[in-house]
Amino acid sequence: MNVAKIARRTFLIGAATVAGGVAVGYYYVRKPYANPLEEYLGEGEAAFNPYVKIGQDNTITVITPRAEMGQGVHNTLAALVAEELEVGLDDIEVEHGPGDFAYFNGAMLEEGAPFAFFDESFLAEATRTFMRPIGKVLGLQVTGGSSSMIDAYDKMRQAGCAARHMLVSAAAKQWNVSAKEIDTANKFLINTVTGEKLSYGSLATAAARIDLPGELKLKARENWRILGTSPDRVDIPSKVDGRAVYGIDIDLPDMVHATVRISPRFGAESVSMDDTAALAVKGVEKVVPVQTTTGSGYGVIAENTWAAFKGAEALEIEWGEATYPKSSDALYSAIAKRLDSPADFSMRDDGDVDQAFADAPRDKLLEADYRVPYLAHACMEPMNATARWKDGVLDIWAPTQAPTVLQMTCAGLVGVNSEDVRVHATMLGGGFGRRGEVDFALYAVELAKQTNGRPVKVTWTREEDMRHDTYRPAMLARMRARIDNDGMPVAVDMHLAGQSVIASVLARTFPSVPPSGPDKSLVDGAFNQPYSIDNYRVSGSAVDLPVPVGFWRSVGNSCNAWFHESFIDEIAHMTGKDPLALRLELMKAHPAALGVLRKVADMSGWGRELPAGRGLGLAHTLSFGTWVAMVVEVAVVDEEIRIENVWAACEIGRALDPENIKAQVMSAAIFGLSSAMGQEITFEDGEVVEGNFDEFDGMRMRQCPAFHIEILETYHKMGGAGEPGTPPSVPALVNAIFSATGKRIRTMPLTSEIDFVA
Amino acid sequence: MELEINGQMQNVGDDPDMPLLWALRDIVGVKGTKFGCGIAACGACTVHVDGYPVRSCQIPVGSVDGPVTTIEGVGSAEQLHIVQQAWIREQVPQCGYCQSGQIMAAIALLDEIPNPTDQDIDDAMTNLCRCGTYPKIRAAIKRAVSLGQEA
Repeated sequence: MNVAKIARRTFLIGAATVAGGVAVGYYYVRKPYANPLEEYLGEGEAAFNPYVKIGQDNTITVITPRAEMGQGVHNTLAALVAEELEVGLDDIEVEHGPGDFAYFNGAMLEEGAPFAFFDESFLAEATRTFMRPIGKVLGLQVTGGSSSMIDAYDKMRQAGCAARHMLVSAAAKQWNVSAKEIDTANKFLINTVTGEKLSYGSLATAAARIDLPGELKLKARENWRILGTSPDRVDIPSKVDGRAVYGIDIDLPDMVHATVRISPRFGAESVSMDDTAALAVKGVEKVVPVQTTTGSGYGVIAENTWAAFKGAEALEIEWGEATYPKSSDALYSAIAKRLDSPADFSMRDDGDVDQAFADAPRDKLLEADYRVPYLAHACMEPMNATARWKDGVLDIWAPTQAPTVLQMTCAGLVGVNSEDVRVHATMLGGGFGRRGEVDFALYAVELAKQTNGRPVKVTWTREEDMRHDTYRPAMLARMRARIDNDGMPVAVDMHLAGQSVIASVLARTFPSVPPSGPDKSLVDGAFNQPYSIDNYRVSGSAVDLPVPVGFWRSVGNSCNAWFHESFIDEIAHMTGKDPLALRLELMKAHPAALGVLRKVADMSGWGRELPAGRGLGLAHTLSFGTWVAMVVEVAVVDEEIRIENVWAACEIGRALDPENIKAQVMSAAIFGLSSAMGQEITFEDGEVVEGNFDEFDGMRMRQCPAFHIEILETYHKMGGAGEPGTPPSVPALVNAIFSATGKRIRTMPLTSEIDFVA
Repeated sequence: MELEINGQMQNVGDDPDMPLLWALRDIVGVKGTKFGCGIAACGACTVHVDGYPVRSCQIPVGSVDGPVTTIEGVGSAEQLHIVQQAWIREQVPQCGYCQSGQIMAAIALLDEIPNPTDQDIDDAMTNLCRCGTYPKIRAAIKRAVSLGQEA
């Protein structure tokens, strides 16, 4: 299968290419790929499907093949299986399992279709139907796009249901009774006629050979015992006593330690290098060159991490010049230029926008430019990976969001097939999109080629991590609106410009895939919002720059939602309308939006009298299938801003674990607020300036507001949980600051114009 | 060189300049203490020396002058520390990477101020959490206080 060709089609799919959808029938849990568990079975273990294995000792292991980076995914995925298998979360072992194409994510690509979530037109549905099997063909085992539950909802419940069916059939055969006369409880099968009992484990080997019927009946929602509740997370006990194993904790016999120094100028290589001082550092064993599609530089192999760090610092390297705009100002200018020429594409173009603005009188016109900087992910666990290249087999241990992408990209470095690369996923100390990249694994593999079969753990310094991130792109937005005599916007036009995330990711991950076609993420969070405006256009322009940009929690929504929702606020204030009332009017075609808006208004006491120096700000964003309305309250304290409260109402359609979803919304909001409170990646001489948390920080405890979150479940489709809290947090904050101070800030971070209580 | 770590004398190598963090992780092999920044800015590496919270990435192992306690040494599998219990009750951790350091900071706070105010918590809990678990950390510290009063 030509991965490049399929990947290209996948990412370039546009409305015009969908002639006929591919029908996806019933998902055969045992069919799409060979069961990867067969290869790893222990003595007496039987694999029922890629998600369930049961040992003779009645140990039930559920495979939860998504990256656990804090979002609680292992718990809810395990619950999907346990619910149908009629066991409790306490009764099972939960494992990430091997990296394998069988664990593809179909829903993530479906979300990539260039349509709004609420668009259920034939074209939109046909495209989604077309996208889903592409995920399967590519075998993309990826955690991202808040898609894990949407992807797994049917297939992991079916996996549990199938395993239970097979166990019941085996027991029926053993006892020579009908399946109807068999009940299950506490990992045992019970003959309701005789009262006899057999453990799941004692029948596992026989049951795993039983053929499935054509259709399996899943439990009705009203019979759920686990789903819809919030059981304690299975991973938490190991995270309070130091037992949890992250990538950085991997320890293997005979392992060496290492770090890398990659060119701080993107695409540049070293002009000269002197490793005399580095090799003189006690414990340093070797300095080796590293040359990959994500960067080039040197690796330092040592007895321990500290020696590797000191060795890397002692390397004297002269790097090649940057071949791109070298400073932040120059980069912003390059992007700004695109706003002066016609946009590359529009993903929303209702009515006739040009006509609507042609005769607009000045006093009915609102214009504003917005800007956001590049941002680092700054995961708490610095990038790292461990690799071993021995006897023709490549093993990689890594905190990764994309195990099969690591297989595909690392295989070529040692000249083997993807199947000969074994990826062992660890816990992730934060991900936020950063760990869907491959650079940390590529470097580890390059170093593993130089250690004669010894495993090598490559740990980056914080500075290396922050200066070699795949950044949230800097974006500029030019907005205009025409207001009618009733103070309503009759025309809104948004032009967004910045680097394309998809083009950047493809160029470094699959360089043979030519980048072209519109990138939905450039306009995501702006083109697909549930507003009805007669003349409404959202266009994007991709700016070609070599700064590596990537998926940063909520991706395009992270900035586009701010542009959109702060501009709506500006329209409301220009015309003297209440920001809530204006939104209720403009989103009246969408009951889900109205539901969360009314709910959050009620929760926050919207409209109440506020003392001077205090303000409420509102925003609404539909992202990743979840409708979130958020209100932020700020107070001015000694001329500094303190964020005091955040209220959020979230329509997710179906809440599989309500408390965990609330935790995610809070986490995502803090992630967004942190960015607004001072984060900015800047450039000098083609290099990233900020290197550590003293220069690029996140919100701290003393700055953290109180959170009040409610989950609604009325919409007919389920949404995601990990990201939708980020997009509305920033505009709600900015709108609150306007309400409290009268200052309208259009440049991020906000600290360019105001201070936050430190 | 030897140091007392979690109640046992341990070899910590022969480089007195190596930060305590790396001696713990790479030489002694106790890895619950995490590397986050290397400049004492995030607190993921917080351990106790002589009962006081320190950021171990900035303490050369040669200058450690008291017994060291890490997350592995504050409780046992049979009897978790009351703060660890509170962390589970409040379901605090998300990615969990910073939580060893957060728990070590919280234990030190409660040792010094058994019933801290919100201001005390703000002042003592300065560690970074990128998952944004702060409200749950605050709740867990208060939970630990009430668990302690029940006990």
